Amino acid sequence: MNSIILQTTSRLILPAALVFSVYVLLRGHNEPGGGFIGGLIAAAGIAVHAIPRGRTALFAMLRVWPKTLIGAGILLAIISGMPSLLLSEPFLTHQWPFASLPIGTTLVFDVGVYLVVIGSVLTFLSYYLER
Amino acid sequence: MILLALVMFAFALAPFVGAIGGRSSPFVAIIPLLLFVAFCVLLPEIAEGGTLLETHRWIPSIGIAAAFRLDGLSLTFALLISGIGCAVFLYASAYLRGEPRLVRFYTIITLFMASMLGAVLADDLVLLVVFWELTSITSFLLIGHTPEQERSRRSAQQGFLVTVAGGLAMLAGVILLGSVADTFSITEILGKGEMIAADPLAPAIIILIAAGAFAKSAQAPLHSWLANAMVAPTPVSAYLHSATMVKLGVYLLARFDPVFSDHALWIALLTGFGAATMLTGSVLAMRETDLKRVLAYSTIVSLGTLIMLIGIPGELAAVAVVTFLIVHALYKACLFLVAGIIDHETGTRDSSALGGMRHFMPITAAVALMGGLSMAGLPPSIGFAAKELVYETGLAASAGWALVAVALLANAAMVVVAAVVAVRCFSGDLSATPKTPHDPGFAMLAGPIVLALLGLLFGIAPWLVGNGLIVPAASAIAGEPITFTLSLWHGFTPMLALSVLTLVLGVFAYRRWSTIRSRMAGIHQIDDWGPDKLYDRLIIGLQSVSTWVTHQIQPGSLRSYVARTLFIMSLAAFVTLILRGGYELPSFANSLGPDLVIAILLIVSSLAVARARNFVSGIVAAGMVGFTVALLFLFQGAPDLAFTQFSVEALAIIIMLAIVGRMPFRDRDSRIHKERLRDLFIAGGTGVTAALVLLAVLAQPFDGRLSDFFRAASVPEAHGRNLVNVILVDFRALDTLGEITVLGLAAIAAAAVLAGLRRATAEKSK
Repeated sequence: MNSIILQTTSRLILPAALVFSVYVLLRGHNEPGGGFIGGLIAAAGIAVHAIPRGRTALFAMLRVWPKTLIGAGILLAIISGMPSLLLSEPFLTHQWPFASLPIGTTLVFDVGVYLVVIGSVLTFLSYYLER
Repeated sequence: MILLALVMFAFALAPFVGAIGGRSSPFVAIIPLLLFVAFCVLLPEIAEGGTLLETHRWIPSIGIAAAFRLDGLSLTFALLISGIGCAVFLYASAYLRGEPRLVRFYTIITLFMASMLGAVLADDLVLLVVFWELTSITSFLLIGHTPEQERSRRSAQQGFLVTVAGGLAMLAGVILLGSVADTFSITEILGKGEMIAADPLAPAIIILIAAGAFAKSAQAPLHSWLANAMVAPTPVSAYLHSATMVKLGVYLLARFDPVFSDHALWIALLTGFGAATMLTGSVLAMRETDLKRVLAYSTIVSLGTLIMLIGIPGELAAVAVVTFLIVHALYKACLFLVAGIIDHETGTRDSSALGGMRHFMPITAAVALMGGLSMAGLPPSIGFAAKELVYETGLAASAGWALVAVALLANAAMVVVAAVVAVRCFSGDLSATPKTPHDPGFAMLAGPIVLALLGLLFGIAPWLVGNGLIVPAASAIAGEPITFTLSLWHGFTPMLALSVLTLVLGVFAYRRWSTIRSRMAGIHQIDDWGPDKLYDRLIIGLQSVSTWVTHQIQPGSLRSYVARTLFIMSLAAFVTLILRGGYELPSFANSLGPDLVIAILLIVSSLAVARARNFVSGIVAAGMVGFTVALLFLFQGAPDLAFTQFSVEALAIIIMLAIVGRMPFRDRDSRIHKERLRDLFIAGGTGVTAALVLLAVLAQPFDGRLSDFFRAASVPEAHGRNLVNVILVDFRALDTLGEITVLGLAAIAAAAVLAGLRRATAEKSK
């Protein structure tokens, strides 16, 4: 699908979508957003970038197989539950190490969700792209 | 701590053993040797009648503990497993030198050894089942060592299906036993023996547990997997079929013998099947020429003997079980390894084609002779004592004459097998072999030599093994401490007469072995109607049934899947709704508002989907439905949901756009009128049902308990104001973890299918 229009517009859409997706991911705990939506937005941006350029361009841009993102995401989500085990609390009881700073293991978990969503969509999509 | 540590040590070292064994280093035998030494250290305490018990918390909520128990019986097994493991590991380092997949082999055989140890040491029924199934899985991998061979795959699968089916029966029996005894602890169950045996459920428990044990220990008619498992490399056969895998069933029955020993069904079942197996194995052993298969059938005879002995109540039977068990493990491992040496050195293991090997392999010949003595039950080997005990037990039992007659025939067959393996190949005139043989190196001879010498040593000095091992183990089977002095020479007794008779019969049959063998092999009904053929028919039948079912429910058309799913789902909901009277209408007051615009938009876009003539307009129209729903969420105060819905819709359209270029593009609807009517019916029915369900839901008063809880708990407990996200990542994080795993796996599975499609189309276009 070698469309000049798509190629040109995707140049703008990709960075915008990525920045926006990270913003949505980060604000998710208090405002509408979160890892799942963020992941969808990022995946949409990358897809728009990859559809006119093909499979090789997608892998060149990601630098890893999309499948790797799935594994990394699930791993992150599991890791985020580990501190609770060390404190002998139920698995995935999230920890908030800083009293004043609203950063906790939930963020790690959410990043995991974010990566799995991107990885899943792109894994699936990559087989429909031209070489 | 020590027992748990030993079992876990064995499991944890598997990759390590794989790494050493992969280089064919003889030092690989150190690991089982260490375990063997550890169990030897524990021996004195057990020999004095002690029992080592330890319990670790595992799943306390359902009363399952990681409990271990070391008494005479489990120690006997543990010593055999680790000791013979030592011989086998050492032997394999030379026997399998240069084979591919050595790392895999050693890793799995170590895991197998660890599972066996776990199974015989477990003091919790559930833990026992877990280890039991682990031995099934690992033995499946061991038997299927060369998966590129069809025979190897079939044998592995057969062994697996038979033992796992038995394992399922056993699991059912174990659950029943656990509920009757109100505990899963084996020690406690042994203490409640009389109460359990008197329970009306006892016959069911006995049948189910016996079924599991019979499958594992290859009792007729489930015996054919054992002989077929001979496709595995010889070290595997020697290990699985002398001391480990097939003895696990014997262990299980011996373990529960104190509970059921006086139950009539237990006695009938075990002696009946044991005797039948002895006869079956004897007949089959007489038909074979392949050394390993001959030994395999003689193993079936021995297993039958053991099961029969367990079935006979009394202290003497318990002693006979343990003695025969140890004897059999020693000589059978030894002779299997010898058969492997013959195969390895000459290139054949067809006993009818071998002769005069003593000239080339004097040491091997001597070892084989010593092993053969024990197998034939001749003095001064311990095999003699074991055979006398079998006869003595049989004579003392009720209906003993029948059992003794069976044992006489089976033991005569053993004499023949021993002579075929240990004498025939080595004596007589030299025969030409594919390779010029000579005695193998230290690694392959050490194990058989030690095993054969032990057989003789224990015969000459029975007290070495009698007081320390056999009496404590027999006490565990009998359920009470017993005193017994094992001796080789009993004086002139009926048993001695029977022994002489056995020998005469055996020698007589061996002299005419060629004639008898070809006559027996000529009975083709055994091949045509035996359980092995039955198994094949069963598998073929199972496959055709599953092919038929698959064709019925998986025609391959996505449309028909969707149609069937929607139809059944909505029919179920509709019927329930009408029959249970759940149908209700909410009040429609205040429903005339700006939201009505969204409703109209939804109806219009849905109609557009239905009217769409090709994919592109269909995708656009479906997108419109999705965006309108997102709008609805937004106006109803669910911005998060709306946000997600928007993203999903946008992404879906993008993906569809990528896919649509690869789909067959049709400008027209290819359905005929009848199909369109059917689709209309399904779609309309689903829509009406969904609407009715939603209306009924709306008619109920709103239950705010959950949302109140989350609203109150969100900020203090999870530090977040966005309820949806807080629920996703915190309150129900485990669910989310499961969901993202499913999502990722689905994508990978789809990728595998798509990669296959891509390759297929690429090949077609070439």
